[in-house]
Amino acid sequence: MSVRKPKVVGFCCEKHGIDSAILAARSGREYDASVRIIKVPCAGRVDGIHILQALEDGADSVFVLGCLEKNCHYDTGSIEGRKRVEYVKSTLADLGIEKERVEMFNASSTMAWKFPEIVSKMVDVARRLGPIGKAGGDR
Amino acid sequence: MIVAKRKPMAEIAEMVAPYKRVKVIGCRSCVAICLAGGEKEVKMLVSALRLKAKKDGRKQELEGLVVERQCEKEWVEEVEDKILDSDLVLSMACSLGAQTIGDMYPKKVVFPALNTGIFGVPEEQGVWSEKCVGCGNCIIHTTGGICPIARCAKSMLNGPCGGSSNGKCEVNLEVDCAWYAIHERLKLQNRLDLIEQVSPPKDWSTSHSGGRRVYVKDAAKLTQHQKKGKEAVR
Repeated sequence: MSVRKPKVVGFCCEKHGIDSAILAARSGREYDASVRIIKVPCAGRVDGIHILQALEDGADSVFVLGCLEKNCHYDTGSIEGRKRVEYVKSTLADLGIEKERVEMFNASSTMAWKFPEIVSKMVDVARRLGPIGKAGGDR
Repeated sequence: MIVAKRKPMAEIAEMVAPYKRVKVIGCRSCVAICLAGGEKEVKMLVSALRLKAKKDGRKQELEGLVVERQCEKEWVEEVEDKILDSDLVLSMACSLGAQTIGDMYPKKVVFPALNTGIFGVPEEQGVWSEKCVGCGNCIIHTTGGICPIARCAKSMLNGPCGGSSNGKCEVNLEVDCAWYAIHERLKLQNRLDLIEQVSPPKDWSTSHSGGRRVYVKDAAKLTQHQKKGKEAVR
């Protein structure tokens, strides 16, 4: 029987977020191929609806990766992104859905180690919880 | 504008759970401006409720729609087919919108997704404050343009009371004393004599106490002849 691969969606800002992923790859660090990276102009561009729709369309976990909050390319984009992630987390919690399926992270373009760490964490969450509405993956 | 707030998600989820075909209808007027029931909020709610249905293993058809002004029949008629094709209408407008749909389609079940709150104004992004209670007898020309009915915790007509301290209200020290604000405004306008005048008890007959209020503008009302003509055009 084939083992179901976890589905992780990562909204990465095209400045530091995506650069940290590229640097991780260039420096030979491996990360789980289950992650689907969606490049966005800024973490602040990610709205709650994007996160919810990703979950609705089958993602097991979703993360938003923006610049470091005090070093955001657009000054407050990462802060906006975090506010929206927190809003979605509280919505999920209200509905009895595990809020840890959604997380916000920050990285600078030089943090090559950070992206594989984030992916690993979210893949673990996806594996542990499995798809929404079905018996959890490893549970 | 009318300011509303979305009901807790768990409460909405519980309300809609027994229904198979649900239309979530938002409004592009006041509730869109106060970020409670516009296009984006409708999409978010539909998506969240779909996730909840998925989580519970229920089959539920959810569709989101938005009308220009849900409190006006002409705009609601634009989505009539969708309303008739539903088991439940979940209104993301203020209570006026929900009641308009309910009155137009009395056989349809209409639930509110929002708690309608106040007549308020935006103070800053994400903050709205009440400035009018719709008492039906405006007196702000005598109070420097500040309504003591809405903004004073005791709705006093002759203030400030003894609980006013350093411009703040004793009921909540975070809140400005309305009568202090009135005093300062009248001072700016060189109309402080007004604060010395004693206001008699307010005539509340124009307020909500007498039950449902109906406002009529005769000049705008259609005659029977005009109504027939309008119906003929339809």
